[in-house]
Amino acid sequence: MMSNVVTEAEIATPGPIHMIVTMCLAGLLSGLIIVSVYEATLPTIMANKAKAMREAAFQVLPGVTKVQRWAWRDNKLVVAENGPSGEEAMFAGFDANDQLVGYALPGAGPGFQDIISLLYGYRTSDQRIIGLRILDSRETPGLGDKIFKDRDFQLNFTSLAVTPDIKAVKKGTKAAPNEIDAITGATISSKAVVKILNTANATWLPRLASIKITHPQEK
Amino acid sequence: MPNKTPDTYQELIKGLWRENPVFVQVLGMCPVLAVTNSAINALVMGIATFFVLVVASAIVSSLRHLIPSQVRISTYIVIIATFVTVVDLSLQALLPAVHKELGAFIPLIVVNCMILGRQEAFASRNPVILAVADAMGMALGFMLALFTLGSIREILGSGSWLGIQLFGAQFEPWVIMILPPGGFLTLGLLLLFFQWFKERKQRLVQRLDELEAKS
Repeated sequence: MMSNVVTEAEIATPGPIHMIVTMCLAGLLSGLIIVSVYEATLPTIMANKAKAMREAAFQVLPGVTKVQRWAWRDNKLVVAENGPSGEEAMFAGFDANDQLVGYALPGAGPGFQDIISLLYGYRTSDQRIIGLRILDSRETPGLGDKIFKDRDFQLNFTSLAVTPDIKAVKKGTKAAPNEIDAITGATISSKAVVKILNTANATWLPRLASIKITHPQEK
Repeated sequence: MPNKTPDTYQELIKGLWRENPVFVQVLGMCPVLAVTNSAINALVMGIATFFVLVVASAIVSSLRHLIPSQVRISTYIVIIATFVTVVDLSLQALLPAVHKELGAFIPLIVVNCMILGRQEAFASRNPVILAVADAMGMALGFMLALFTLGSIREILGSGSWLGIQLFGAQFEPWVIMILPPGGFLTLGLLLLFFQWFKERKQRLVQRLDELEAKS
């Protein structure tokens, strides 16, 4: 019994150096593992994101067979097929005859729970929104997530005028070309989408006016 | 925990039913309620937890003589957090769609008390083989519970299972089942079932004992 007590007391008080060394080693190994996995997965993650963005561009611009990425650098739009993440960029979409159909423009803003980020198609010939795709959102399942799951809501964005500013109205009362039917039970999410679109239009449409479209390079 | 004779098989199967982390120990409720709105999300969450728990248990158990007890909790958390980050990044690279659905709940595996609980209660006191068996059993039990919950909620709440539509267009999904209250309802009913089953077994054992005593 006596010897037991002594051993327990010895075990209970390891030197401070011992404790510091243990924690440092744990931190060092952990850092090593995390950084190597981060480095190993980074290219795939970035490629996934770029691919998702490009696929979305085709979806919001029906009839497009080719897209060209434009980045906003030093206050002007330049053609850049690749760029760092977080860079402001949009896509110009061309049909089979290499004619410009419109642009896929990004937008983001607060929704009901978290930031909603989206991509929408803007047709140049009649200045209308012709497609919308939600890229990222954490809206309530079953209610707010209807902004991308509800077909009726998505159909609002197949020919939507952008001037004057888009307005969300009570479901079934859509009358003007710049109005959309809000989702019953998800008014905040619907209005958030509208606000994001109006903000994105205010940012992007003036920028678009200044660019000269070059035809996509044949490969 | 009756643990007189260390038996690898016993350690492995106890987590599945007798000491199921969700239905019996009621641990790790955050992911249990949050990500079980569809069967696939529940399954991926279960697999992620499985990986983290088994690797962390193996490491903690093999280092159990080297970690001073004063800094053991912080060391366990560092080990767990490392592998959670590994899972998070790997999912982002391999299954971006599922990662998007699970969102914040993958990083939150770090604070799943079932994982830290197994390190403290088992892995830090037992040899590696037993610790891995225990971790695998517990993680499988957790996965099973999540998958059961996710399946029930998805079938009733969306009319589908693993994304496959089960009913015709006339089925009106019970939206509440995929919302948070549905999680509480389903979990409550399953806990009730487990408790009822346990009591029934106990009563049977008691009656057997009484009969034996009489004869």
